[in-house]
Amino acid sequence: MKGFRRRRPAAPPQPEAPQAPSFPPAALVLDALGRKCPIPIIMLAERIREVPLGAIIAVQADDVAARTDIPAWCRMKSQTFVREETLPQGWSFHIKRDY
Amino acid sequence: MAFTTSGTQAVQLGMLGALNARRRVGRHLIVSAVEHSSVLHVAEQFERDGGRVTTVGVDLYGRVSAEEFAAALRPDTALACLQSANHEVGTVQPVDEAAAACRAARVPLLVDAAQSVGRVPLPGGWSILTASAHKWGGPPGVGLLVVRKGTRWKTPLPEDEREGRRVPGFENVPAISAAAAALEAFSGESAADGPRLSALIDHMRSRIPQTILDVEIVGDPVRRLPHLLTFSCLYVEGEAIITELDRLGFEVSSGSSCTADTLRPSHVLEAMGVITHGNVRVSLPRGTNAADLDRFLAVLPDAVTRLRRSAGVTSTEGTPR
Repeated sequence: MKGFRRRRPAAPPQPEAPQAPSFPPAALVLDALGRKCPIPIIMLAERIREVPLGAIIAVQADDVAARTDIPAWCRMKSQTFVREETLPQGWSFHIKRDY
Repeated sequence: MAFTTSGTQAVQLGMLGALNARRRVGRHLIVSAVEHSSVLHVAEQFERDGGRVTTVGVDLYGRVSAEEFAAALRPDTALACLQSANHEVGTVQPVDEAAAACRAARVPLLVDAAQSVGRVPLPGGWSILTASAHKWGGPPGVGLLVVRKGTRWKTPLPEDEREGRRVPGFENVPAISAAAAALEAFSGESAADGPRLSALIDHMRSRIPQTILDVEIVGDPVRRLPHLLTFSCLYVEGEAIITELDRLGFEVSSGSSCTADTLRPSHVLEAMGVITHGNVRVSLPRGTNAADLDRFLAVLPDAVTRLRRSAGVTSTEGTPR
């Protein structure tokens, strides 16, 4: 079965272009490429405290479920989902540590 | 009313026949993002064949906004489709409001009512209604295609005289009689037992987040089917939790990618923007008693904790505040 077209109304709050706060580069990059969900989320939850408050942690993953799961994790855990970048294979998800 | 061999076939014939009859009006189709795959697959094919499809999104509860659905209507819209209730999360859709908008725009509305027939009263205003008998305890192999009088519908198949020219072949009368009898019994039991099951679901909805950390109940808390509960546990594979609960004597299902043979996350959970792993769907059978449910609620927290520990998760120890 081919995937149905993505619709993400409850999707991550992408910074609006005009007053986009500029986020620093990632202080830590986790490589979850080739790992199935929920492993990328587990890695993120286990290691987010390694970056200082207000800093960015990035997770690289190529399981398509991560595109939904990482923003949803941020919502549930009250962390800020910053953005999704497309990689040659998969995506890099940027998260700001808020607490 | 025509009988098909399945709910899926009813959806396929219902949609294709309506689109076919209104080809001159236009080649635009509206579906919600959380329709059953049978609806979305017809939409995909329609798009491949040159039609245009508008997919209306849902909120965090999996509910379509009636305003957004109405706003998708265009002069060239041939058909709009909205389920009565969602099959994965139980959220009931605003069919009456969507139907009013469709009526005003003179666009037929197909309602896939497979999840709700016999459980809750039918919504009004539909032009075409589809359902499946095995959902109400009827025999497999009986689907329902109801085309309201005055709705234009033209078979997408070569002409056949049977079933009012809607479904080819002879109908399976014994199975249809059994389906009708089953529906009568099921509706009666649902009317009697529905409120009690719904109260049990409310109890679970409040209890589960109190006993398990990092769990999210998904679906609308109020506008929902009476018997269904869906929740997701962070850091756990859907299949692992299903297997563990099965071992403990509970048969539940999951919309998580890991249990599906597609290896794709559930399009419903994806459209809602909720986590797609660790998903558990509990469907209460008629007559479920509170003691069974209490036992489920008692074993669930430990089961989730065990799975999280074995996955190496340390951030979810303890109990919720």
